[in-house]
Amino acid sequence: MITAPALLLALMEGAVGAAVLALTALGLSLVFGVMRVINIAHGEFVMLGAIIAWWCSAELLGAHPVLGFLVALVLAPLLVGLVAIAADWLVLRRINYDPERTIVATMGLLYIIQQSVLMLYGPDARPVEPPFYFRVQLPWFGYSGYKLIVIALALALLGATWLILSKSRIGLYMRATRLDSETAQAFGVPVRRIYAIVFALGAMLAAVSGVLIAPMRQAHYLMGTDPLLLSFIVVIVGGLGNLRGTLLAAALIGIGEGMISVLFSPTLAKMIATLLVALVLVVRPGGLVRETAS
Amino acid sequence: MKQTARRSYALHFAVIAALFLLQYLLPPYHLGTFTRIMVYAVLAIGYNILFGYTGLMSLGHAMFFAAGAYGAGLSVHWLGFGPIAALLAGIASAFVVSVLAGFVVLRVSGVAFLIVTLMLAQAAFLATLYFNTITLGDQGIVLALRPVEIAGSAFALSDPVVKYNVALAAFAPALFFSLWLLRSPFGRILIAVRENEARTRLLGYNTFLYRFWALVISGTMSGLAGALYCLLFGYVGSSFASLQYSTLPLLYTLLGGTGVTLGPFVGTAIMYYLIDISSGFTSSYMIIVGLALLVITLWFPDGLAGQVRRLFKRRAA
Repeated sequence: MITAPALLLALMEGAVGAAVLALTALGLSLVFGVMRVINIAHGEFVMLGAIIAWWCSAELLGAHPVLGFLVALVLAPLLVGLVAIAADWLVLRRINYDPERTIVATMGLLYIIQQSVLMLYGPDARPVEPPFYFRVQLPWFGYSGYKLIVIALALALLGATWLILSKSRIGLYMRATRLDSETAQAFGVPVRRIYAIVFALGAMLAAVSGVLIAPMRQAHYLMGTDPLLLSFIVVIVGGLGNLRGTLLAAALIGIGEGMISVLFSPTLAKMIATLLVALVLVVRPGGLVRETAS
Repeated sequence: MKQTARRSYALHFAVIAALFLLQYLLPPYHLGTFTRIMVYAVLAIGYNILFGYTGLMSLGHAMFFAAGAYGAGLSVHWLGFGPIAALLAGIASAFVVSVLAGFVVLRVSGVAFLIVTLMLAQAAFLATLYFNTITLGDQGIVLALRPVEIAGSAFALSDPVVKYNVALAAFAPALFFSLWLLRSPFGRILIAVRENEARTRLLGYNTFLYRFWALVISGTMSGLAGALYCLLFGYVGSSFASLQYSTLPLLYTLLGGTGVTLGPFVGTAIMYYLIDISSGFTSSYMIIVGLALLVITLWFPDGLAGQVRRLFKRRAA
């Protein structure tokens, strides 16, 4: 029997999942939209973020979890952004962003990042201390205040990304490159540099979501697979490279996945989500959300 | 043309003969290694038919591999099948899965094809976990196998020499089949689909049908590899459906050379030994897979066999 409080709890868990998923998927969608690159290593950037969060809270300062968390929020995207720029410069640029070859190359990156972490960090799943244990007391159950902060932070970051894209010059360059990279280049847009920046920005979004989920789950070198598959699902359901669709799909799938996970079983939730994607791609190859001129 | 065909068959026959003789020379450890290499090579040959010949890059062949493995393993465990009946059950189940998958995945192409195959395989992987009352999930099933009886004498599948010859007996026909397929009119049209699908369709060929059968052949052959693996090593578990069994055949094929019939075998053998050797040094030996993928994309897009072939062509010209 599913009671109303259980339903509310499931809904809230779903909302937290959706917020983090939206960040990860937005990164993947941005990279695909602007560069036409399918980044198989995207989940590893999430994993790196979580590992850095663990390092900041457990090793770096040792004492204060709030400080560790804040440092991780800055340090993780910076470091992971650098990794992404290096990957763009050393690999993707050299194969000229050829779609099929970038898939193989990013698959290589996936193994290299994952196995390097295994080498340096070890095979254990380590808990990351949340910055605070404050609980919001509802009439039926107490709810982790940290999770509510996660939703707020994710929304703020999504807003910031949207501002960059729609208001700044670099955002204008990104949108121009997305529509037609050759014409953009002809008009003086530094397309190569935009590619590097977009790849880094996508990785940074993933890294932040890694920092955010680390205290709710654990930091583990294999944790990149789930966010990768889920953001693939979101990006496809929302329409490849369609940012607004990505956000809508993230909300839909994040909440749906969270609710089925809580009420039935996480495995079943993921199974339904993956099958949903296959169906969407087959029935509506453009995604469920129609692209609007923007 | 005819002469090159004869030379090509002779070369492949020599490889099979060498593999047959190798069993008298190899020390036991490497005998086991080559048994696995031949089984994985069947998977890679199946993968190459879709990727190398038809130009469809799949990230979901773990699904077919697992369909074969579970078809064989479950029929032994729950229905008490003998090894030969189980092998046939494995092939049949891979065939059914390939046909069903074909109707779904072939409606899209390009990047979407890759993602749909990945998603279906992931759903299959999750299904093996979800229905763990039947599959026993990631713990898997250890099989108790009856010996195979051929012409009155019994062969135990636990004997390394028997294993080796069973693997060879599957690998040889798979290799010759792929060679024959490539040279048949059917194979020629697959290559035409790879090079220019629109033009092939314009010439009056039903390209969907060709891709469909390429997928079914590819999937069924990968399933054969799965069934063999399960029967030879007496185990089936969820890991057979994991992403690794989709990426490895891609890597084997790319390393050996796409669209070259011997490529998958060469790639499998080299990669298997690379992984095997590096696992002696570090527990994160899969890093070698990542490095290989990068090196191939950056410097050897045609793979090793392709590189060698180009070298010969240049000398001949």
